[in-house]
Amino acid sequence: MERVHELLGRMLFMRRFEERVIELFEQEQFEGHYHVYNGQEATALGAMDAVPRDDYMYTTHRNHGHLLARGADPVALMAEILGKANGLVGGRGGSYHAAWPEGNVPVTSALVAGNIPQAAGTALAAKRRGTGQVVVCWFGDGAVEEGAFYETMNLSALWKLPVLYLCENNSVPARYRAMGQYPSSTHAAPALTEVVRPFGIESHAVDGTDYDAVHDLVRQLMERLHRGEGPFFIEARTSRWPGSYGVWPQLTGGRFQIGWVFDPASAPEVVREWTTESDPIVLLARRALERGAIDRQGLEALDREQSTAVDRVVEAALAAPDPRPEDTFRHVLR
Amino acid sequence: MPVKTYAEALCQSLIDTCEAEPNLIFIPAAFGGLSPHAASFRPFYARYADRILGAPIAEIALCGIGVGAAIGGLRPVIDVLSASFLYQGIAQVVNEAANVLYMTDGKTACPVIFHAMQGVLPGEAAQHNRCLSAELWNSPGLEIVLPASPEDAAGLWKTAVASPNPTVFMDHQLLMGLTQDVPDHVDPIPFGQARICREGKDVTVVATLAAVPRALEAAERLAREDGVAVEVVDPRTLVPFDEETVVQSVRKTGRAVVADETIRSCGVAAEIAARIQERCWGVLKAPVKRVTLPDVPIPFSRPQEAVVWLTPEKIAQAVREVLAWR
Ligand SMILES: Cc1ncc(C[n+]2csc(CCOP(=O)(O)OP(=O)(O)O)c2C)c(N)n1
Ligand SMILES: [Mg+2]
Repeated sequence: MERVHELLGRMLFMRRFEERVIELFEQEQFEGHYHVYNGQEATALGAMDAVPRDDYMYTTHRNHGHLLARGADPVALMAEILGKANGLVGGRGGSYHAAWPEGNVPVTSALVAGNIPQAAGTALAAKRRGTGQVVVCWFGDGAVEEGAFYETMNLSALWKLPVLYLCENNSVPARYRAMGQYPSSTHAAPALTEVVRPFGIESHAVDGTDYDAVHDLVRQLMERLHRGEGPFFIEARTSRWPGSYGVWPQLTGGRFQIGWVFDPASAPEVVREWTTESDPIVLLARRALERGAIDRQGLEALDREQSTAVDRVVEAALAAPDPRPEDTFRHVLR
Repeated sequence: MPVKTYAEALCQSLIDTCEAEPNLIFIPAAFGGLSPHAASFRPFYARYADRILGAPIAEIALCGIGVGAAIGGLRPVIDVLSASFLYQGIAQVVNEAANVLYMTDGKTACPVIFHAMQGVLPGEAAQHNRCLSAELWNSPGLEIVLPASPEDAAGLWKTAVASPNPTVFMDHQLLMGLTQDVPDHVDPIPFGQARICREGKDVTVVATLAAVPRALEAAERLAREDGVAVEVVDPRTLVPFDEETVVQSVRKTGRAVVADETIRSCGVAAEIAARIQERCWGVLKAPVKRVTLPDVPIPFSRPQEAVVWLTPEKIAQAVREVLAWR
């Protein structure tokens, strides 16, 4: 009971965080392209709760949820998104390149599949130096279309590198997620789990909206990686949040309402089906309600708490200082 | 003559060329990128959906498929969206496409078009703001087209489609909304013909792509505030390069500034400045000045981004400096 309460709180925090990111963009507090993690919260939390802090993580253009789940300071992440001096990487990267070197998230490439060979290289370093570290490499289904992905799968299988390749397939409609199958318009393979098997890489599919399923699988694979097995590939299947359909994120249907958990029909049409079938927060909250692990009042109080916490994060980040123009040329080289 | 945006003029040209060239295909097509003017290309998508192949994110294979398809008799346009993503496919562009004709002693032609948007956009940070025209210019065998006005976009596109050579056609997201009177039928504009965008006797500003409207803005301001007559010359294509028009202009004014969004060291402006210096030594009254991006990756934060951004103010400042030189 305690645990589901805490987990719902962390998921709500992420959701409210991303909603504020969209609003801050619309208020012209920052510029440039950006991506939000709505709908994938259970995947990042389930995985990161099973990854020791000493291990490395490489993330992507859709990194906010990965970094929050990893334990990065939300104020520093929001400050980075806003381009502030105390952002995770000093405002140099913004949303695209948010990273957390102190937390073993060394750098963030926003080029599709740009991080995949890098993760393998860091794993090679850990293996050769005998540090015992493992590398978790996040990427989207789109990265499995890139050549760098295949070259790296071959190499990491040849060299038995300690990498957990964590592919978030966020294109999967709910009914296919349930069947464990889906079609793909840009990929000829019947399922992404199949593409690494010819290399001898063990491959798993998991419902990315299910925290426990993700957590159990990642925990087991991390233990085996730490024993010298691997690499492994996971396809975590979620369904794209309607606000992420377009090229720019949109707060489609407005901010998430706790009332939708109890009455999904009250959600606006544009998000109703997704909310009912695919929103990991709604799915988890409904299971918890059915079990009596939480009640409506408790859920509403939790949401208020988390919304307030996010408000404080935004306030602190907005109040943070800007980077200094005279520092523009620092760190081109060491 | 109807007023058209850059996007509308280019869209019409895409339609015209599809009509005229049945082998013209697009893999994929994402004209206008993230700009609101991307919607202006809908008439083209609606009319020629059968010429567009949707494609996975696979730049290196797509660029190579473009090379092979061109060899096989199609007129393929490989749209890598942002010039930054061209790096993913660069081997097939600079070390395959560029070399085909030469390596075959002129026997195999490779009329592929690589399309990308190039130029610095606000908030796009280090990896999505790469300007590649200098790298491309460093690879003999490619034509490089940088249209800076609606009519140029339309006319140069027609020449690109007709060209027997591999051509890199790079437009700019921030130019998509630029307007101009454009005739309904735009004639092809030959490569290697610079455009004198504004006449003036005091200083020549050679500018490319997004630097062209910024140079014109600077010229306007300098005319108003300093009584200085700036001549703005847009080469329009880097390969072939219209050295004569640039040289004639500098011989007239005796002073030159080059404005371009590639990085300073070994950048497009460096090359143009070197050519001016080689041909105009003796008539130059001041060293040629460059206005470029400095030698630094593009930072995300606004105050640091403002340091690197190529602005009309920086162009005007450079003009004032070459005028003050003695
Ligand atoms: C090499 C490269 N090509 C194209 C892009 C443009 N781009 C950014 S995100 C994206 C889609 C990525 O899809 P996926 O990997 O599934 O991640 P998702 O956005 O769904 O999380 C594309 C094509 C890019 N960033 N890098
Ligand atoms: Mg995806």
